[in-house]
Amino acid sequence: MLHYFETLGRSTRENFAKLGRATFFLLLTLQGIPDILPRLSLLIKQLYSVGVLSILIISISGLFVGMVLGLQGYYVLSDFGADETLGLMVAASLVRELGPVVSALLFAGRAGSALTAEIGLMKATEQLSGMEMMAVDPVRRIITPRFLAGLMSLPLLAAMFSAIGIMGGHIVGVGMLGVDDGAYWSQMQASIDFYDDILNGVIKSVAFGFVVSWIALFEGYDTLPTSEGVSRATTRTVVNSAFSVLALDFILTALMFGDI
Amino acid sequence: MTELNKNTLISIKNLGFSRGNKHIFDNITLDIPRGKITAIMGPSGTGKTTLLKLIGGQLQPEQGSVTVDQQNVHQLKPSQLYSLRKKMGMLFQSGALLTDLSVFENVAFPLREHSHLSESMIRTLVLMKLHAVGLRGARDLMPSELSGGMARRVALARAIALDPMMIMYDEPFTGQDPISMGVLVHLIKSLNTSLGLTSIIVSHDVQETAEIADLIYVIADGKVIDHGEPNALMNSSSAWVQQFMHGSADGPVHFHYPAPDYHSDLLTT
Amino acid sequence: MSHSQRQDTLVGLFVALGIAALFFLALQISNLGSYSNQDSYTLVARFENSGGLKVKSPVSVAGVRIGRVSAIQFDNQTYESVVSMQIEAKYSTLPEDTTASIFTAGLLGEQYVSLEPGGSEDYLTDSGEIEITQSAIVLEEVIGQFLFKDKDPEE
Repeated sequence: MLHYFETLGRSTRENFAKLGRATFFLLLTLQGIPDILPRLSLLIKQLYSVGVLSILIISISGLFVGMVLGLQGYYVLSDFGADETLGLMVAASLVRELGPVVSALLFAGRAGSALTAEIGLMKATEQLSGMEMMAVDPVRRIITPRFLAGLMSLPLLAAMFSAIGIMGGHIVGVGMLGVDDGAYWSQMQASIDFYDDILNGVIKSVAFGFVVSWIALFEGYDTLPTSEGVSRATTRTVVNSAFSVLALDFILTALMFGDI
Repeated sequence: MTELNKNTLISIKNLGFSRGNKHIFDNITLDIPRGKITAIMGPSGTGKTTLLKLIGGQLQPEQGSVTVDQQNVHQLKPSQLYSLRKKMGMLFQSGALLTDLSVFENVAFPLREHSHLSESMIRTLVLMKLHAVGLRGARDLMPSELSGGMARRVALARAIALDPMMIMYDEPFTGQDPISMGVLVHLIKSLNTSLGLTSIIVSHDVQETAEIADLIYVIADGKVIDHGEPNALMNSSSAWVQQFMHGSADGPVHFHYPAPDYHSDLLTT
Repeated sequence: MSHSQRQDTLVGLFVALGIAALFFLALQISNLGSYSNQDSYTLVARFENSGGLKVKSPVSVAGVRIGRVSAIQFDNQTYESVVSMQIEAKYSTLPEDTTASIFTAGLLGEQYVSLEPGGSEDYLTDSGEIEITQSAIVLEEVIGQFLFKDKDPEE
């Protein structure tokens, strides 16, 4: 029993220490932002590997999620004779929730894990240490551009996800199930509010981009410099990102849409 | 005393460092002379790499001080530490080349980061450094296409890119075939004389190291066991140093890991 | 060089696509397009009870939306709900004796302001007040009255 408490105490302390390191790491990362502005080529390179390489998975997933929403929504709504509100249902679920959340989860799996593995391997092969010895701050040179790229990419990817999803819903709802084309769009336009729905969705995805990039880069930077350490860190990135995105989504939704 | 300061580049005093509960260094004191090749030797796991990281200011000691070029490394501000590091080259065991850059860009990296030289100037410098290690023709290769020995030579070219006053070599001979080993031994020696460097080699390859070192410190169990010129150490009075320098299988360090008596161990079922 | 140029192009394409998607969401999906960026004028109506009316609820005449509710305030003196509405400038011929009622779209739908034009020759102008109003019907009140009426004679 005593042993159990001892373990609990130690792991609690370790978790707090890790949170402290992560916070310090974030501050260092943010401090490096002014240095990036004169060296945009670093940022562009990362936008490519973080953003461009994620487009395919985001587009295809968005299309299928939209099609499923169209199909499921139609069956539920047509029971109430409300199938012309299908467009509204598809758009509202995508713009408010599914767009930001699902693309953040996919982003964590595609780009986040790649970032962790890349940074972890750089640590394991002494590249980060080597940079320090060449008097180059690895956080500014390596971490900050990747962080900014993640922060910028996710909102754009989430917007693509929602837009393509709405098209997917249109293909199924209007193209296959015979919902009126005009009703699909007009119901959407009448009820989706630019500020309440779309801007809040964008704010959400910026927040998710921040959190996922932070977790992915920190896990890579904080990893044990062995192959086992890197593979564990990669797993932790995906798990912790998914958990944080979902928890943060609840908090943001409550703040934006609810009256809690 | 002034004489000593002038000839000593790095002075380590009463250094103590531990990782977790394990004492890596326990009150180590040593001096590294300017312009010479000094080797720090010892069995695996005695924290020789840790010592280099302490000299480079990447780790903080628990006690004692490290003075490089009359500056106490661990009391410098980050900006001062960075400008000191520009004068230190370090060759990591793995080479630590940046995997997403070509050989040329790897050597150009410190120049691009720290100087505002023109592109043609950088090109000239990089080719000079690559020529010095004999790899001018490999400039367009990526690090993944290099053999271990070549990667170390590229890393060496990168380490001398900023014309440092000293270079630290972390296990430069480990895992090399005889030819690349010979090349590296020759390079370390010739660069040290031609560039007027101070070299510190951390290694457990006795033969190669003894060949080029002017001074050897032997470290084990967190202490300096012995030091002196290679020939003197070969004939050291300490049995332990004798065993280490000659690589005997048994001696003060036993071949067998501590275990119960062999016969009684076999008979217990 | 060509490799990095290709990369630059792809990143540019990525950013452009992302921004295009945002524009698509803003203009095609949301009501941003129907926000009256054109001129509008404000009308005020006082209701005894504005029920579930909200800011941005539609204001319509004969079933056509001509504006939106811009503010709902409470008047301390008269204990009434003061509803301000932004009406698009092109609908400038609402008579002075227009009636404003709060209706519900369908049985459970959202509430909106319906304007019924009167016969006056003078038109309402900016900050004009609609005098004749009919409050929202609160379902609970109607049911309550119904039950109360039913029980009263027995006692």
